[in-house]
Amino acid sequence: MAAETRPAPLVLPRSTRAQRTPLTWIRRGGLSTLVFLLPLLLVFGIFSWIPIGRAVVMSFQETNLVTPSTFVGLQNFRDVLADPLLWTAVKNTLYFALLALLFGYPVPLLAAVVMSEVRRFKGLYSALAYLPVVIPPVVAVLLWKFFYDAGPTGVFNTILGYVGIGPVSWLQDSATVMPSLVLEATWAAAGGTVIIYLAALTGVSTDLYEAAEIDRASIWRKVWHVTMPQLRGILLITFILQIVGTAQVFLEPFLFTGGGPANSTTTLLLLIYNYAFANSLGGQYGMATALSIVLAVILGLLSAVYFRLTRGWSKS
Amino acid sequence: MKSFTAATLVVALGLTACSSTDSDQSETPTGPVTVKVARDPGLDKGAIAAFDERVAQFEKANPDIDIVPQEYNWTATTFTAQLAGGTLPDVFTVPFTDGRGLIERKQIADISGLVTSLPYAGRFNENVAKAGQAEDGKMWAVPIAAYGQALHYNRTLFKQAGLDPDKPPAGWDEIRAAAKQIAEKTGKAGYAQLTTDNTGGWILTTLDYAYGGRTEKIDGDKATAELDTPELAAVLQLLKDMRWSDNSMGSNFLYDWGGINQAFASGQIGMYVSGGGNYGSLVTQNALKPADYGVTVLPLTDKPEAGVLGGGTLATVSAKASEPVKAAAVKWIDFYYLKKLTDEGAAVLDAKTTVASKQPVGAPQLPVFDRATYDESLKWVASYVNVPQEQLKPYTDKMFEQPLVTEPVRSTQEVYKILDPVVQAVLTQKDADIADLLRKADAEAQALLDRN
Repeated sequence: MAAETRPAPLVLPRSTRAQRTPLTWIRRGGLSTLVFLLPLLLVFGIFSWIPIGRAVVMSFQETNLVTPSTFVGLQNFRDVLADPLLWTAVKNTLYFALLALLFGYPVPLLAAVVMSEVRRFKGLYSALAYLPVVIPPVVAVLLWKFFYDAGPTGVFNTILGYVGIGPVSWLQDSATVMPSLVLEATWAAAGGTVIIYLAALTGVSTDLYEAAEIDRASIWRKVWHVTMPQLRGILLITFILQIVGTAQVFLEPFLFTGGGPANSTTTLLLLIYNYAFANSLGGQYGMATALSIVLAVILGLLSAVYFRLTRGWSKS
Repeated sequence: MKSFTAATLVVALGLTACSSTDSDQSETPTGPVTVKVARDPGLDKGAIAAFDERVAQFEKANPDIDIVPQEYNWTATTFTAQLAGGTLPDVFTVPFTDGRGLIERKQIADISGLVTSLPYAGRFNENVAKAGQAEDGKMWAVPIAAYGQALHYNRTLFKQAGLDPDKPPAGWDEIRAAAKQIAEKTGKAGYAQLTTDNTGGWILTTLDYAYGGRTEKIDGDKATAELDTPELAAVLQLLKDMRWSDNSMGSNFLYDWGGINQAFASGQIGMYVSGGGNYGSLVTQNALKPADYGVTVLPLTDKPEAGVLGGGTLATVSAKASEPVKAAAVKWIDFYYLKKLTDEGAAVLDAKTTVASKQPVGAPQLPVFDRATYDESLKWVASYVNVPQEQLKPYTDKMFEQPLVTEPVRSTQEVYKILDPVVQAVLTQKDADIADLLRKADAEAQALLDRN
């Protein structure tokens, strides 16, 4: 290419300029490309980019959405950083993310590996694993509220009672509430990841397993030396998706506890929500958007750094 | 970028829609005026039938108005979103605590001109009227109900625990003893407390008042938070003792208004504190068995300042409403909420319709108008009353004797919100340090009051 373009630098632009009439643009499919692209651009523009742009502007404003907004510079960011509840929320969010990583990350992988080893009723198992994902989250949370009933007659406490444990306070105690939320969140979300892993596992060449079997490798060694390296790319992606997802946990604390007891499940997104909506007489929308922007920037940076650091790893 | 989208969308998506001004209702309509009016959510069939019947009666009398019911319930967290998103009905209700703020921000319509022309406009109870008035005394929002806090109790659980349901507790020590007895004998929560969605602060303030405390002091323009007080500490100590020494508060400490009503109506709770007029919603929304229900006045300590926290409900009209909609909306407010309190014919019609659908008539309320009007209105509907009046007597006999104290006026809901985690901490952490919790809450509330 370089050899071609170098001898004719003056000719080429002129010829391309001559070709780029609207008619040729249409003839070359430019118009149809645009027409096909337009719905997507409109949808993204209206429902994603304009709100994001407005959120950025709003984070520098004081507004109650009724009277005209005033620009207040960085005041909203200063207010957010000065809020003692912010650090509680950061701590809670990190705790949730950590627990979700410890329990929520390996579970789907384990389930997928086991399921891929099963010879019969494979479809049934995938369906069962995926079932929680199709249950509407609000319904799931209401269901789990019954399970987590802290009285001795609660579902989990009844079961634990058979073996002489409990009753456990579940959602009613600062110590047990976060693990309880993670348990439900893992149950609710694992199915989706299981399906991803199962799909990836079918892509692993059976030759590798056969070779390992000839070498008399145990199941554990097969998983560790064949399956895991083959899934590396997927694992890296699901890892960052999990981090980004758990940093934005909202549904569980909002529906289960409202951030309680005593702010022990107030996460960053719940705090954002509370800034905006907890006060019935007009919330601090500026502070809410400011914290949203800070969180988004941090997660964006984190993702960028993660992908840079792991760029070499994903290539097997 | 997905993360960026998701994080900002929580607020941004909803909010952008809010800034657009609605002008779709501004032109003069030629046909019938459509008015969306609030109806309580989750009503049983009978209550919906009664409501629809009232709508039909109204539309018959006003053929050019089309009433469209919309399910609506005020909660601190959903109201702002609905207000900002412009999804409120044309006629909606808010608590007294929100009236002045909404008026100052012009977030509701100025209907004062229309209200003045109502025949009973000058007869509102002065204290009650204040909640719906602007600084200049114009009535932007119409008081439709007033309440004082009360102690609701389950008569069946009282009997099962060996307590006399006709002699409910008359002091806080008696409440504690009764709660313990109920918990021990029945295994249910003897006493439960609201703790989430700002209601934790609401009830804590109620108990503070009953102990003779106040949560804020107003001196001219300056508001001082008064959360770190002996009264509030005593209230929290009582709750702590009931929870941790007596174990009489059950196992759920994260109750919101709907949740505690449901638990009470299903017989899980012996006693709880909430608005005295709660009977209606307990029956229509939570299927309470009337035979279970008992209510009594909130015990007050001997301190001279001890009083009952009182509040109420305002009917308001959306700021977006056009003139014809405003006029129709005020007609509806008059017809549905107020006329029955001041006009015999309307009172009888309302009671008849309500009774026909087996809905409660005669649940206790505080008067919105003067006492004489109130007493007279009770006489009009006396033959239709279907609530168990004997069971309400411990409350109705004494409710007018208790000094009524209005809710804190500055940043009410925000201060309530600060108190939510305080009461939650006392109920869920055995080693909670009450003094420390109150000191921190006080500082936080003061910072908030200074900022606002």
